[in-house]
Amino acid sequence: MAEYQTYSHDVLVIGAGGAGLRAAIEAAAGGGKVGLVCKSLLGKAHTVMAEGGIAAAMGNVDDRDNWKVHFADTMRGGQYVNNWQMAELHAKEAPDCVRELEAWGALFDRTKDGRILQRNFGGHRYPRLVHVGDRTGLEMIRTLQDHGIHQGIDVFMEHSILTLLKDDGRVVGAFGYDSERGRFHLFKAKAVILATGGIGRAFKITSNSWEYTGDGQALAYDAGAELIDMEFVQFHPTGMIWPPSVQGILVTEAVRGDGGVLLNSEGRRFMLDDIPENYRAQTADNEEEGWRYTQGDRNARRPPELLTRDHVARCIMREVRDGRGSPHGGVFLDISWIKRKIPNSEQVIIKKLPSMYHQFKQLADIDITKEPMEVGPTTHYMMGGIRVDAESQESTVPGLFAVGECGAGLHGANRLGGNSLSDLLVFGKRAGAYAARFAKEHQFGRIDDNALETASRTALEPFATNGAAQVESPYQIQQELQEMMQDQVGIVRMHADMERALEGIARLSDRARRVRVTGNRQYNSGWHTALTLRSMFIVSEAITRSALERRESRGAHFREDFPGPDPSHAKFNLAVGKDSGGGMQVRQAPIPEMRSDLRQVIEEMK
Amino acid sequence: MATASFRVWRGDAQGGAFADYTAEISEGMVVLDAIHRIQAEHANDLAVRWNCKAGKCGSCSAEVNGMPRLMCMTRMSELPLDKPITVEPMRAFPLIRDLVTDVSWNFRAKMKIKEFKPRKPDAPDGTWRMAQEDVDRVQEFRKCIECFLCQDVCHVIRNHQLQEDYIGPRLFVHTVALEMHPLDTENRIADLKKSQGLGYCNITKCCTKVCPESITITDNAIIPLKERVVDEFYDPLRMLARLVWPDSKPPG
Ligand SMILES: Cc1cc2nc3c(=O)[nH]c(=O)nc-3n(C[C@H](O)[C@H](O)[C@H](O)COP(=O)(O)OP(=O)(O)OC[C@H]3O[C@@H](n4cnc5c(N)ncnc54)[C@H](O)[C@@H]3O)c2cc1C
Ligand code: SF4
Ligand code: SF4
Ligand code: FES
Repeated sequence: MAEYQTYSHDVLVIGAGGAGLRAAIEAAAGGGKVGLVCKSLLGKAHTVMAEGGIAAAMGNVDDRDNWKVHFADTMRGGQYVNNWQMAELHAKEAPDCVRELEAWGALFDRTKDGRILQRNFGGHRYPRLVHVGDRTGLEMIRTLQDHGIHQGIDVFMEHSILTLLKDDGRVVGAFGYDSERGRFHLFKAKAVILATGGIGRAFKITSNSWEYTGDGQALAYDAGAELIDMEFVQFHPTGMIWPPSVQGILVTEAVRGDGGVLLNSEGRRFMLDDIPENYRAQTADNEEEGWRYTQGDRNARRPPELLTRDHVARCIMREVRDGRGSPHGGVFLDISWIKRKIPNSEQVIIKKLPSMYHQFKQLADIDITKEPMEVGPTTHYMMGGIRVDAESQESTVPGLFAVGECGAGLHGANRLGGNSLSDLLVFGKRAGAYAARFAKEHQFGRIDDNALETASRTALEPFATNGAAQVESPYQIQQELQEMMQDQVGIVRMHADMERALEGIARLSDRARRVRVTGNRQYNSGWHTALTLRSMFIVSEAITRSALERRESRGAHFREDFPGPDPSHAKFNLAVGKDSGGGMQVRQAPIPEMRSDLRQVIEEMK
Repeated sequence: MATASFRVWRGDAQGGAFADYTAEISEGMVVLDAIHRIQAEHANDLAVRWNCKAGKCGSCSAEVNGMPRLMCMTRMSELPLDKPITVEPMRAFPLIRDLVTDVSWNFRAKMKIKEFKPRKPDAPDGTWRMAQEDVDRVQEFRKCIECFLCQDVCHVIRNHQLQEDYIGPRLFVHTVALEMHPLDTENRIADLKKSQGLGYCNITKCCTKVCPESITITDNAIIPLKERVVDEFYDPLRMLARLVWPDSKPPG
């Protein structure tokens, strides 16, 4: 057996983004011993990149806003396959969670009377996003980090978890390695919280970093937990497309919230031409009204650029396909036009969107105060993930909790911008509290030495010097998978393509067994990449199988062979699990009937 | 397509050397892209940190042609391609491997700084009111992405290795952000003088020059802190006040 170090914690949190940090803080508040593990350094998780803001119905800017409107907006955005109980808790608890963050030192932009300012965002009826310019995620993660380090939490930076350990049906620990030396570590725990984020790396064009390989989803699946909604992958409409090296990097929706418009090569504002029926009552159909909305006119309807992300992304695809795209295969996003409306537009843009201004200036030689940007869709967010109980965030396996982007339910078929950061706070807090309670009620479990043996042996296979006739490179396999998923299970899906993708995944995972790496175990990027391939195969397969099974189009999931929604499909989520033979199984999980008071809220807000 | 040659530091705590590589250069490429290309094609095990590729996370710090930079924000087009581009790890920190250094000291040093302590909520709804102008004044310091490039160039750390008694420019910025927070009531001035080494800084401004977030570290953070130290420790009235109210802010 390979050597390893052992630690024991009441609660082990895997992932140190907003969700993991919030959960760890809450778990530590109960007095238990808490461990926090993350693949990068502290403060570098995805949450740091969030730009637009945190959605919370505080009603500071428009007092018509309240939890009911937020709830109804979230459900409409998710096309009613959301876990409605989560949507209710989220809408009700987000404002207090924001206030809590402020009490820990976060500094948000202010209204004239000194309260927290809120901005417009796609799919939210009223200005709702709490923000600091366009670096809200940094403010959030730094606040949680700086508060968290004083709560007595043991932090393990640059440690990756490879497998969860079970005893008698319950999760009792996790096993992984550190990047620095490649040594193994055993984390015994009474309760484990997964907060590992998303899966964007399974696609070629993505706003996500190397960390987003779907580890949490795969760890849970292997431990016998169910995943749901895996067919719902959000493609954000506006990623950078030029130059090639920045392809996929996000252009925040706040650009559109602050007045930016989408134009095709003919200079036409094409979003005005395609407003879906169910949003018509709330959407401006002319330039003037849309502008007034972005300037805070309470009686104006919102511009069509702020329709849900799935719709905007598909409209952009259509313009490009029909030959009206920009030179590099996207469309134009223009905020500079507001100079026609206000005198000091340049300063306004730089003040409101400082990091976008710098991003384009430095990476693309574009001055966004003077000229339009070129943008196109990019893989951005995973609505699907580990199936959890709404109140406690416990998965279908006892002792295993999941929260944040790796969890699922709140967002249904499509997430609204800003609803992720609030999700992290609301359910991070809940997961921390319930996991701490679970830990109080349970003892440490027995660690299965065989499981450790298998895990360490598998992890070291890429160093084997014998056996593989034809050696494969981990980067090559990863790249082929990304290209295939992008082409065959991307924004527009077809039955035959996805069948081919399934064969492709099987072929690639076969080849992956021959992956070999050079060098030693010290901070070896090639080895690390090799070790994430397994997670990427599991999530890719789960996405593809679920997408095949949902024979309709809904939210982010668009089937060219079934282009419309099918009401009978609104009654279930697709759940993915391991069958007794170790194969992947997809089943329909009926959505419980909504409470009548909540149904009424939705009716009122229609 | 054009190619460029690179000299990349390969090695670990035991020692190392530059290794030569070439990589194809395409339009708009940044140094981090080139490093990734080298990693994928020639050196699978090359160690490098990165996350966001957009200058937001502060992971990819290194020394490019001797200048401390974020690799993801350094365009190839701004570098002379007629000679090899050198890429080295930050030299002020112990090397782990190749371009990755042990920056954990920065995290430990931060824990020495007293945490945020707000005054009691004083608005009717149990929260606070703050003016945008007061918030704006602090935001410059809250933009910090913890890339530690300023720590890397500060001679107190890099040449004199005074880490035990010094917190460095990044953490002076952090301290100012807390001290200027409209709600904060803590006093960190005595610590700055006694155990955090503010006096070692002799205002060379090297830190300000390398900050990718354009934080005016010296003029806006360090000098005001130094003035506070002078006010509180060498102003005769304050010296008297400290005898009467040790460890706290004098009233008024
Ligand atoms: C560019 C960009 C902009 C965005 N803007 C917004 C916005 O304005 N508003 C909004 O609401 N949402 C936004 N989002 C989405 C939101 O930022 C993310 O969904 C959210 O931050 C995810 O948080 P998390 O805590 O779940 O995961 P993360 O913050 O990604 O953290 C995941 C953590 O898990 C760790 N981890 C992963 N695998 C392992 C493993 N095997 N072992 C150990 N640790 C592991 C990672 O190291 C990391 O610490 C944006 C996303 C992007 C990419
Ligand atoms: S100005 Fe002070 S903190 Fe900055 S580099 Fe010079 S000595 Fe260091
Ligand atoms: S102050 Fe500037 S240089 Fe220093 S860590 Fe922060 S962002 Fe980096
Ligand atoms: S990768 Fe995030 S700053 Fe360079």
